Amino acid sequence: MNRVLWLWGILFALWLPLSNHFEPLFIGFGLATCTIAVVVGARMGIVDRESVPVHLVWRGIRYVPWLVWEIFKSNVRVARIILAPRVRVDPSIVHFEASQKTDLGRFIYANSITLTPGTVTTGIVGDDFEVHAIVQEEIDGSEENDMNRRVAVLEGEGG
Amino acid sequence: MDQVLSVLTWALLLSGAFFLVTGALGMVRLPDVFTRMHAAGMADTMGAGLILAGLCLYSGANLVTVRLVLILAFLWFTSPIATHALAKAALSGGTEPYTLGAGTDGEGEGGGAP
Repeated sequence: MNRVLWLWGILFALWLPLSNHFEPLFIGFGLATCTIAVVVGARMGIVDRESVPVHLVWRGIRYVPWLVWEIFKSNVRVARIILAPRVRVDPSIVHFEASQKTDLGRFIYANSITLTPGTVTTGIVGDDFEVHAIVQEEIDGSEENDMNRRVAVLEGEGG
Repeated sequence: MDQVLSVLTWALLLSGAFFLVTGALGMVRLPDVFTRMHAAGMADTMGAGLILAGLCLYSGANLVTVRLVLILAFLWFTSPIATHALAKAALSGGTEPYTLGAGTDGEGEGGGAP
């Protein structure tokens, strides 16, 4: 129930700046729309820990700045590869085991890997991640372990 | 103050444009679909990110900035999924990833020579 209220709040907070109308009539439309969407979602049983992960918000706020910094660093590395007088790439597909326990944690980790240029998640089977890297060092380094550990902390105990 | 703000805005817009151009250049210079995805990822993340950050500074503290941040959030949530779908489709379609050892002149794509 708590999660349903959270979803309603998030939807309305999203609707308000996107509509940019503050007359009572339009606000009423917004309230009604959010309510219908949440009621339908709740009746379908899709409002759960996975679809509305509000328990991750506080830890997520600490994770995002670190991720943005990682994205910046790997952008610079890939830009250097592309702009070098002779393009030297050594791409490979590597497999490794991720330490997240929940599907949501794996999803966040896989998306973080893909979001940092130079590495793309091409497949996940259980714990086994299949990642394509533009140069081997992108995936061998300690930064990948760091990200793995941080996402495991983010998802918390048992997700 | 206005001066500082517009200099910062321009710096962000230009560095965003730099990453977009570098990403486009990577599409031409890199050897195969998988390595090119990394170049496209640059345009998605830093290119769009820095340009939107510059526009946020330009518009100041108002609802437009909120919307710009939302655009960036949705972009950063969806683009890795699109990239992943592309990679998975290429792999199941039987595309062999380019590797350093395997000859550089397959399918008319040079080994990334300028």
